[in-house]
Amino acid sequence: MSAMSDTALQAAPAGKARGYWKTVGRRILRDKVSMVCALVLILIFVSALCAPWLGLADPYQGSMIRRLRHIGTPNYPLGTDELGRDMLARLVYGGRLSLLIGILPVILAFLIGTSFGLIAGYVGGKVNTAIMRTIDIFYAFPSVLLAIAISGALGAGIVNSIVSLTVVFVPQITRVAESVTTGVRNMDFVEAARASGARSFTIMRIHMLGNVLGPIFVYATGLISVSMILAAGLSFLGLGTKPPEPEWGLMLNTLRTAIYVNPWVAALPGVMIFAVSICFNLLSDGMRSAMDIRN
Amino acid sequence: MSQITPLPDMPEPIRDRLMPIEDRGGVAQPLLQVSGLTKHFPVRGGLFAKSKTVRAVDDVSFSIAKGETVGIVGESGCGKSTTARLLMHLMPRNAGDIVYDGMQVGAALSLRELRRGMQMVFQDSYASLNPRLTIEESIAFGPWIHGMAEPASRTLARELLGKVGLRPDNFANRYPHEISGGQRQRVNIARALALSPRLVILDEAVSALDKSVEAQVLNLLVDLKREFGLTYLFISHDLNVVRYISDRVLVMYLGEVVELGPVDEVWDAPAHPYTRALLAAMPSSDPDNRTQTPPISGDPPNPIDPPSGCRFHTRCPFAEPLCGGATPKLTAIGETGHEAACYMAIAGSGHSLAPPAKGAS
Repeated sequence: MSAMSDTALQAAPAGKARGYWKTVGRRILRDKVSMVCALVLILIFVSALCAPWLGLADPYQGSMIRRLRHIGTPNYPLGTDELGRDMLARLVYGGRLSLLIGILPVILAFLIGTSFGLIAGYVGGKVNTAIMRTIDIFYAFPSVLLAIAISGALGAGIVNSIVSLTVVFVPQITRVAESVTTGVRNMDFVEAARASGARSFTIMRIHMLGNVLGPIFVYATGLISVSMILAAGLSFLGLGTKPPEPEWGLMLNTLRTAIYVNPWVAALPGVMIFAVSICFNLLSDGMRSAMDIRN
Repeated sequence: MSQITPLPDMPEPIRDRLMPIEDRGGVAQPLLQVSGLTKHFPVRGGLFAKSKTVRAVDDVSFSIAKGETVGIVGESGCGKSTTARLLMHLMPRNAGDIVYDGMQVGAALSLRELRRGMQMVFQDSYASLNPRLTIEESIAFGPWIHGMAEPASRTLARELLGKVGLRPDNFANRYPHEISGGQRQRVNIARALALSPRLVILDEAVSALDKSVEAQVLNLLVDLKREFGLTYLFISHDLNVVRYISDRVLVMYLGEVVELGPVDEVWDAPAHPYTRALLAAMPSSDPDNRTQTPPISGDPPNPIDPPSGCRFHTRCPFAEPLCGGATPKLTAIGETGHEAACYMAIAGSGHSLAPPAKGAS
């Protein structure tokens, strides 16, 4: 072994075997911004989930005499809305629907879009052309318009707005998945795996998926904020949730009449949408850099 | 083999190693015979333009004897890497036969079996390792694919890391980005060896390394060849390296083989003007002996529309009208297996510098 003279032997012993995802997890735990965002999101999620047990006022119970109380009024920490309903209760309860129609479409689109994108990117050729050109048709419409058009055609309702938002996001995720897959597919290590006699499915599972899922997942997380805003927009237009259901977009719509009377209370649902969106965005940024373990 | 207890002071042998596919043809049978290998890439020239083809590899034939190292040299874009990928069956070929140890691939030898018998090391040491897998996992993948149990394949991977000069305890659990280029290329060599191949294609395997590391990896390759009884197909643009490691050499130009023969003979008496130009272009390490005049002028012609006849005639200082006509065939010069595709080397070809035909006065 005359070739063993170099520094190859003198490298410091590596630590314990740590999987890729464990390394990523450790890196994200050290990222303060991501952790704060995660904390805020967990807080909002848990409070929305546990809303009935938090001892809040009835979010549907209004009163003509105590309409549009200011923030900080005794018994009404966040004031009341235009029908005298407790804003705190409505915001917490509203999180249930808002988060559902904000996140579910992205999850569905992630599953559908990733499958399409993986197939298009890995198989290539005519299959790729067929899938990607179909996707291009959806790209011809602005996403807001597409969501409104589909929701309008299907009729108002929570299920329909989830469906329409899913349709809006599938093309975007498919495109990202396809481009990432194509990039990874052309890497030498995929060639090397083929050269060692592995079947397509095994290559997909072991060599492609791990390298492809990360970027798509990050992109999808970023889409959650868009989805929240689009969902709120649909409700605002009357195509999503129906009154008196508490939902942030719808609340923004109904409170708009009170914007000159009590602007702070009227802005509260918007603040919630903003907070959730920006937390998801920053979290996806944090994940993006945590997954780039080369740095 | 597990019942054999290793001697205490001997290194533990690789248990459960994949046995190399057996030698069927005997010593005289070349390990690899390639004939008429051709690859044309279609180039779409837009919606209404006529589609064209790039003749990346055109009617390439050669053979590799068992235990031999064959070098392929040529400018970039001459079809060296395409040839390697065609041999590995990583892309479909337009024409040509590939016979491995007397067995036609696809008929007598399945593609999966061929992959056991023939492995490849790529040029880009980083891109050829999965960034999500540890080095051990990358090496163990091949044997695992071929039915080895996972613990056994990991043991084999560690064993092979030692063989390529990387201490398993230090390196097995590292990721590709955590080690240097030379170490990565050692890992790639170990990965190729994990399937116990008999032929290893080294596609510019040392070209990206700096000179001292390159020398170490070359020596490693020589050692491994002896230890495992390997046969190499060594592709490089570095003529010094090819001369050092090869027994025979193939010179390619624009997708064709223009000269082949024993490496010393080709170096000492190049028969094709392109080989001469390549050798003259080698930088000298003596500062008083610099290359003053360009040995060759111009760029290689576009392989989409290669010149007729001898493809080199557009840049050849000895070109005569004859050269633009029919393509010169590879013709033997002497008895040693030295061949060249040049009318100047073909006796009685009609070129003014050609030796007279035998029997002619």
